[in-house]
Amino acid sequence: MSALLVALGAAIGAPLRFLADKHLVGRLLRGSQQPLPWGTFAVNVAGSFVLGLMTGVADQTWTLLIGVGFCGAFTTYSTFAAETTALAGSGLRIKALLNVILNLGIGLFAALAGAAIAT
Amino acid sequence: MSEAQTLRPPGLPRVLGVIALGGIAGSLARYGLAAAIPHSPGGFPWATFLTNVAGCLAIGVLFARLTPQSHPLLRPFLGTGVLGGFTTFSTYAVDTEKLMHVQTHAHLFVAFVYFFGTVATALLAATVGAWLGRRR
Repeated sequence: MSALLVALGAAIGAPLRFLADKHLVGRLLRGSQQPLPWGTFAVNVAGSFVLGLMTGVADQTWTLLIGVGFCGAFTTYSTFAAETTALAGSGLRIKALLNVILNLGIGLFAALAGAAIAT
Repeated sequence: MSEAQTLRPPGLPRVLGVIALGGIAGSLARYGLAAAIPHSPGGFPWATFLTNVAGCLAIGVLFARLTPQSHPLLRPFLGTGVLGGFTTFSTYAVDTEKLMHVQTHAHLFVAFVYFFGTVATALLAATVGAWLGRRR
């Protein structure tokens, strides 16, 4: 039952991350040259905020479905790392550093804000 | 599959389908690892650390191996789905928040080491992965 809840949350979270990245943020930024990976940034900040909110939820069903499944699959560390090293690898070191600072800074702030609202 | 079929880019429903399947597999693996390596409220979150570092190493290898000739569903399935579902930013951020909340200096130190240790090791892992996956 636990695994089923995690799987269900992930089945929604992972495709939604793709859609948010390619079809929402990608469309807004079309034309700009070598932009920061805003799609990954947006899902990581939004997912961290929601998981922060979930710290106030004791119910195991919602924790597995929304916390472990949805937020876990919606947010990503691997794509964040790959996009950062790709920026650094093509000589855009300032943009790579900015990407790290933004994801970590705003991502942690979002988690703190969510947890503060939840308590 | 005929050549005409492999050359035609897959439609959005198929792409979303393989991402969902990959995301389920990756997330269940992450959930299993978290259950296998539990951490105390003030302890270092080893399971999430290892998950994120391993996922970053793997995505470095994957992106280095992908070519324009690779199957068009390979990147969505393995990269966006499996590795995207396996690694997590939200648990990383909230675990750090929880460690900061314990509010003793020792736990603040763990929070600091975890927060910056993860990003440094993950970026190194992605770089090493890209080097390992490079075609020689």
